[in-house]
Amino acid sequence: MKNKYFLIIIGSFFFFCFIVFFKGLKNPSIYIPELQKEKSFPEFKAKDFYSDKKISSVDIFNDNNFYLINIWSSWCIPCRLEHNYLIKLKKQNLIKLVGINYKDNFENAKKFLDELENPYSKIIKDKNGTISIELGAYGVPETFIIDKRKKIIKKITGPINEKIYNEILLIIK
Amino acid sequence: MKLIKFLLIIFLYFFSFALFADEKNTALENKIFKNLRCIICQGQSIYDSQSDFAESMKLVVKQKLDLGMSEQDIYNFLKDQYGEWILYDPEFNTKTYFLWSIPILIFLLGGAIILRKLAVLKK
Repeated sequence: MKNKYFLIIIGSFFFFCFIVFFKGLKNPSIYIPELQKEKSFPEFKAKDFYSDKKISSVDIFNDNNFYLINIWSSWCIPCRLEHNYLIKLKKQNLIKLVGINYKDNFENAKKFLDELENPYSKIIKDKNGTISIELGAYGVPETFIIDKRKKIIKKITGPINEKIYNEILLIIK
Repeated sequence: MKLIKFLLIIFLYFFSFALFADEKNTALENKIFKNLRCIICQGQSIYDSQSDFAESMKLVVKQKLDLGMSEQDIYNFLKDQYGEWILYDPEFNTKTYFLWSIPILIFLLGGAIILRKLAVLKK
Protein backbone atom coordinates (compact mmCIF):
# COMPACT_ATOMS: atom_id res chain seq x y z
CA MET A 1 0.00 0.00 0.00
CA LYS A 2 2.78 2.34 1.01
CA ASN A 3 4.63 1.49 -2.16
CA LYS A 4 1.60 2.38 -4.22
CA TYR A 5 1.41 5.89 -2.74
CA PHE A 6 5.09 6.30 -3.33
CA LEU A 7 4.68 5.37 -6.99
CA ILE A 8 1.77 7.74 -7.42
CA ILE A 9 3.74 10.63 -5.89
CA ILE A 10 6.82 9.93 -8.00
CA GLY A 11 4.66 9.48 -11.11
CA SER A 12 2.82 12.74 -10.59
CA PHE A 13 6.11 14.54 -9.90
CA PHE A 14 7.53 13.38 -13.23
CA PHE A 15 4.28 14.24 -14.98
CA PHE A 16 4.43 17.73 -13.48
CA CYS A 17 8.04 18.14 -14.66
CA PHE A 18 7.07 16.91 -18.11
CA ILE A 19 4.26 19.47 -18.38
CA VAL A 20 6.51 22.32 -17.20
CA PHE A 21 9.26 21.49 -19.69
CA PHE A 22 6.82 20.76 -22.50
CA LYS A 23 5.21 24.16 -22.01
CA GLY A 24 8.68 25.69 -21.81
CA LEU A 25 9.53 24.29 -25.23
CA LYS A 26 6.99 26.59 -26.80
CA ASN A 27 8.38 29.75 -25.21
CA PRO A 28 10.82 31.68 -27.36
CA SER A 29 14.30 31.06 -26.04
CA ILE A 30 15.86 34.20 -27.46
CA TYR A 31 16.15 37.01 -24.98
CA ILE A 32 15.76 40.58 -26.18
CA PRO A 33 16.60 43.23 -23.62
CA GLU A 34 13.64 45.58 -23.32
CA LEU A 35 13.59 49.03 -21.82
CA GLN A 36 11.98 48.42 -18.43
CA LYS A 37 12.00 51.97 -17.15
CA GLU A 38 13.02 55.43 -18.28
CA LYS A 39 16.74 55.83 -18.17
CA SER A 40 19.00 58.83 -18.03
CA PHE A 41 21.05 59.31 -21.10
CA PRO A 42 24.67 58.31 -20.49
CA GLU A 43 27.45 60.80 -21.15
CA PHE A 44 30.17 59.76 -23.54
CA LYS A 45 32.79 61.09 -25.89
CA ALA A 46 32.91 60.06 -29.52
CA LYS A 47 34.44 61.01 -32.84
CA ASP A 48 32.45 62.99 -35.36
CA PHE A 49 31.76 61.00 -38.52
CA TYR A 50 32.94 63.60 -41.04
CA SER A 51 35.53 65.66 -39.19
CA ASP A 52 36.92 62.91 -36.94
CA LYS A 53 37.01 65.45 -34.11
CA LYS A 54 36.21 64.29 -30.57
CA ILE A 55 32.88 65.55 -29.31
CA SER A 56 31.00 65.07 -26.09
CA SER A 57 27.44 63.80 -25.96
CA VAL A 58 26.53 66.88 -23.91
CA ASP A 59 27.29 69.07 -26.93
CA ILE A 60 25.27 66.92 -29.30
CA PHE A 61 22.12 66.74 -27.21
CA ASN A 62 22.03 70.35 -26.07
CA ASP A 63 18.77 71.55 -27.64
CA ASN A 64 15.41 71.40 -26.00
CA ASN A 65 14.26 68.86 -28.50
CA PHE A 66 13.25 65.25 -28.97
CA TYR A 67 16.13 63.17 -30.21
CA LEU A 68 16.22 59.89 -32.07
CA ILE A 69 19.43 57.93 -31.85
CA ASN A 70 19.82 55.37 -34.57
CA ILE A 71 22.60 52.79 -34.56
CA TRP A 72 23.31 51.85 -38.15
CA SER A 73 25.94 50.43 -40.41
CA SER A 74 26.46 50.18 -44.16
CA TRP A 75 26.83 46.41 -43.95
CA CYS A 76 23.51 46.02 -42.16
CA ILE A 77 20.70 45.02 -44.51
CA PRO A 78 17.76 45.84 -42.18
CA CYS A 79 19.23 49.37 -41.86
CA ARG A 80 18.47 49.89 -45.55
CA LEU A 81 14.88 48.81 -44.95
CA GLU A 82 14.28 51.33 -42.19
CA HIS A 83 16.10 54.21 -43.87
CA ASN A 84 12.98 55.54 -45.59
CA TYR A 85 11.23 55.92 -42.25
CA LEU A 86 14.17 57.88 -40.88
CA ILE A 87 13.99 60.27 -43.83
CA LYS A 88 10.23 60.63 -43.35
CA LEU A 89 10.82 61.43 -39.65
CA LYS A 90 13.43 64.02 -40.53
CA LYS A 91 10.97 65.74 -42.87
CA GLN A 92 8.47 66.08 -40.02
CA ASN A 93 10.93 68.50 -38.36
CA LEU A 94 9.77 67.44 -34.90
CA ILE A 95 12.71 65.35 -33.86
CA LYS A 96 16.46 65.54 -34.36
CA LEU A 97 18.14 62.43 -35.67
CA VAL A 98 21.57 61.40 -34.45
CA GLY A 99 23.28 58.47 -36.10
CA ILE A 100 25.78 56.15 -34.50
CA ASN A 101 27.84 54.48 -37.18
CA TYR A 102 28.54 51.03 -35.75
CA LYS A 103 31.78 49.19 -36.61
CA ASP A 104 31.86 50.49 -40.14
CA ASN A 105 34.27 51.50 -42.84
CA PHE A 106 34.10 55.25 -43.56
CA GLU A 107 34.03 54.92 -47.36
CA ASN A 108 31.22 52.37 -47.33
CA ALA A 109 29.23 54.36 -44.81
CA LYS A 110 29.57 57.53 -46.89
CA LYS A 111 28.47 55.69 -50.01
CA PHE A 112 25.45 54.36 -48.10
CA LEU A 113 24.42 57.92 -47.14
CA ASP A 114 25.08 59.36 -50.60
CA GLU A 115 22.94 56.68 -52.13
CA LEU A 116 20.03 56.74 -49.68
CA GLU A 117 20.18 60.36 -48.40
CA ASN A 118 21.45 61.43 -45.02
CA PRO A 119 18.63 61.83 -42.47
CA TYR A 120 20.92 62.61 -39.52
CA SER A 121 21.75 66.04 -38.17
CA LYS A 122 24.84 64.55 -36.55
CA ILE A 123 26.67 61.27 -36.94
CA ILE A 124 29.23 59.85 -34.56
CA LYS A 125 31.51 56.91 -35.02
CA ASP A 126 31.45 53.83 -32.86
CA LYS A 127 34.41 51.99 -34.23
CA ASN A 128 34.74 49.41 -31.45
CA GLY A 129 31.09 49.18 -30.41
CA THR A 130 31.58 50.49 -26.87
CA ILE A 131 29.23 53.47 -27.18
CA SER A 132 26.39 51.18 -28.26
CA ILE A 133 26.96 49.07 -25.17
CA GLU A 134 26.95 52.14 -22.92
CA LEU A 135 23.53 52.86 -24.38
CA GLY A 136 22.33 49.31 -23.80
CA ALA A 137 22.20 48.21 -27.43
CA TYR A 138 23.39 44.91 -28.75
CA GLY A 139 23.37 45.15 -32.48
CA VAL A 140 22.24 47.04 -35.55
CA PRO A 141 19.81 48.53 -36.21
CA GLU A 142 18.67 49.80 -32.87
CA THR A 143 16.88 53.05 -32.13
CA PHE A 144 16.38 55.12 -28.99
CA ILE A 145 13.98 58.00 -28.43
CA ILE A 146 15.13 60.66 -26.00
CA ASP A 147 12.68 63.21 -24.65
CA LYS A 148 13.24 66.83 -23.69
CA ARG A 149 14.32 65.89 -20.16
CA LYS A 150 17.14 63.87 -21.77
CA LYS A 151 15.67 60.53 -20.72
CA ILE A 152 15.56 57.46 -22.90
CA ILE A 153 11.85 56.77 -23.18
CA LYS A 154 11.73 54.21 -25.96
CA LYS A 155 14.03 51.60 -27.35
CA ILE A 156 13.45 49.84 -30.65
CA THR A 157 15.38 46.66 -31.38
CA GLY A 158 15.51 45.89 -35.07
CA PRO A 159 14.37 47.97 -38.03
CA ILE A 160 11.66 50.63 -37.82
CA ASN A 161 8.46 49.63 -39.59
CA GLU A 162 5.16 51.38 -40.30
CA LYS A 163 3.74 50.54 -36.86
CA ILE A 164 6.80 51.76 -34.98
CA TYR A 165 6.98 54.85 -37.18
CA ASN A 166 3.44 55.77 -36.17
CA GLU A 167 4.24 55.12 -32.51
CA ILE A 168 7.20 57.49 -32.72
CA LEU A 169 5.00 60.15 -34.33
CA LEU A 170 2.51 59.79 -31.48
CA ILE A 171 5.26 60.31 -28.92
CA ILE A 172 6.76 63.42 -30.49
CA LYS A 173 3.59 65.19 -31.55
CA MET B 1 62.85 4.37 -20.46
CA LYS B 2 63.50 6.72 -17.58
CA LEU B 3 65.03 9.18 -19.99
CA ILE B 4 61.97 9.10 -22.24
CA LYS B 5 59.71 9.72 -19.27
CA PHE B 6 61.90 12.55 -18.14
CA LEU B 7 61.91 14.12 -21.60
CA LEU B 8 58.17 13.69 -21.87
CA ILE B 9 57.65 15.48 -18.57
CA ILE B 10 59.95 18.31 -19.65
CA PHE B 11 58.11 18.54 -22.99
CA LEU B 12 54.67 18.62 -21.34
CA TYR B 13 55.89 21.15 -18.81
CA PHE B 14 56.94 23.60 -21.51
CA PHE B 15 53.98 22.76 -23.72
CA SER B 16 51.62 23.72 -20.91
CA PHE B 17 52.99 27.26 -21.01
CA ALA B 18 52.02 27.56 -24.65
CA LEU B 19 48.40 27.07 -23.63
CA PHE B 20 48.47 30.27 -21.63
CA ALA B 21 50.66 32.19 -24.02
CA ASP B 22 47.85 34.34 -25.40
CA GLU B 23 46.14 34.91 -22.06
CA LYS B 24 46.10 38.69 -22.20
CA ASN B 25 43.43 39.38 -19.61
CA THR B 26 43.83 39.63 -15.88
CA ALA B 27 42.20 37.11 -13.57
CA LEU B 28 39.56 39.62 -12.49
CA GLU B 29 38.71 40.47 -16.10
CA ASN B 30 38.31 36.81 -16.95
CA LYS B 31 36.13 36.28 -13.90
CA ILE B 32 33.81 39.08 -15.00
CA PHE B 33 33.79 37.90 -18.63
CA LYS B 34 32.76 34.43 -17.52
CA ASN B 35 29.85 35.78 -15.56
CA LEU B 36 28.39 37.85 -18.42
CA ARG B 37 26.08 36.30 -20.95
CA CYS B 38 26.50 37.05 -24.62
CA ILE B 39 23.25 38.31 -26.13
CA ILE B 40 24.14 37.43 -29.72
CA CYS B 41 25.14 33.81 -29.12
CA GLN B 42 22.85 33.11 -26.23
CA GLY B 43 24.06 30.39 -23.93
CA GLN B 44 27.70 31.41 -24.14
CA SER B 45 29.52 33.77 -21.85
CA ILE B 46 31.30 36.70 -23.43
CA TYR B 47 34.53 34.98 -22.36
CA ASP B 48 33.76 32.08 -24.72
CA SER B 49 32.18 34.11 -27.46
CA GLN B 50 33.92 35.96 -30.23
CA SER B 51 30.89 37.77 -31.57
CA ASP B 52 31.15 41.51 -32.21
CA PHE B 53 28.92 42.16 -29.25
CA ALA B 54 31.06 40.08 -26.88
CA GLU B 55 34.28 41.71 -28.08
CA SER B 56 32.82 45.18 -27.49
CA MET B 57 31.48 44.14 -24.13
CA LYS B 58 34.96 42.99 -23.08
CA LEU B 59 36.33 46.40 -24.05
CA VAL B 60 33.64 48.14 -22.02
CA VAL B 61 34.43 45.99 -18.96
CA LYS B 62 38.13 46.83 -19.29
CA GLN B 63 37.35 50.55 -19.64
CA LYS B 64 35.13 50.47 -16.56
CA LEU B 65 37.81 48.69 -14.54
CA ASP B 66 40.32 51.33 -15.64
CA LEU B 67 37.89 54.00 -14.44
CA GLY B 68 38.05 52.39 -11.01
CA MET B 69 34.69 50.66 -10.98
CA SER B 70 34.44 47.49 -8.91
CA GLU B 71 33.23 44.13 -10.17
CA GLN B 72 29.84 44.70 -8.52
CA ASP B 73 29.55 48.20 -10.01
CA ILE B 74 30.04 46.73 -13.47
CA TYR B 75 27.40 44.06 -12.87
CA ASN B 76 24.98 46.69 -11.63
CA PHE B 77 25.64 48.91 -14.62
CA LEU B 78 25.10 46.11 -17.13
CA LYS B 79 22.08 44.80 -15.25
CA ASP B 80 20.60 48.26 -15.59
CA GLN B 81 21.20 48.24 -19.33
CA TYR B 82 20.33 44.68 -20.27
CA GLY B 83 18.39 43.26 -17.33
CA GLU B 84 19.20 40.53 -14.82
CA TRP B 85 19.51 38.07 -17.71
CA ILE B 86 22.98 39.32 -18.62
CA LEU B 87 24.42 37.82 -15.42
CA TYR B 88 25.18 34.13 -15.20
CA ASP B 89 24.94 34.27 -11.45
CA PRO B 90 21.37 35.39 -10.82
CA GLU B 91 20.62 37.25 -7.63
CA PHE B 92 18.22 36.00 -4.98
CA ASN B 93 14.90 37.78 -5.44
CA THR B 94 11.22 37.03 -5.88
CA LYS B 95 11.79 35.81 -9.44
CA THR B 96 14.68 33.50 -8.63
CA TYR B 97 13.89 32.11 -5.17
CA PHE B 98 12.46 28.96 -6.72
CA LEU B 99 15.60 28.45 -8.79
CA TRP B 100 17.85 28.85 -5.76
CA SER B 101 15.75 26.80 -3.37
CA ILE B 102 15.20 23.75 -5.62
CA PRO B 103 18.67 22.19 -5.07
CA ILE B 104 18.31 22.59 -1.31
CA LEU B 105 14.82 21.09 -1.37
CA ILE B 106 15.96 18.14 -3.48
CA PHE B 107 18.92 17.64 -1.16
CA LEU B 108 16.67 17.63 1.90
CA LEU B 109 14.17 15.32 0.22
CA GLY B 110 16.92 12.90 -0.82
CA GLY B 111 18.38 12.99 2.68
CA ALA B 112 14.97 12.27 4.18
CA ILE B 113 14.46 9.27 1.88
CA ILE B 114 17.89 7.86 2.76
CA LEU B 115 17.29 8.35 6.49
CA ARG B 116 13.95 6.59 6.27
CA LYS B 117 15.46 3.69 4.36
CA LEU B 118 18.20 3.42 6.98
CA ALA B 119 15.65 3.47 9.78
CA VAL B 120 13.71 0.68 8.08
CA LEU B 121 16.89 -1.37 7.62
CA LYS B 122 17.84 -0.97 11.28
CA LYS B 123 14.50 -2.38 12.35
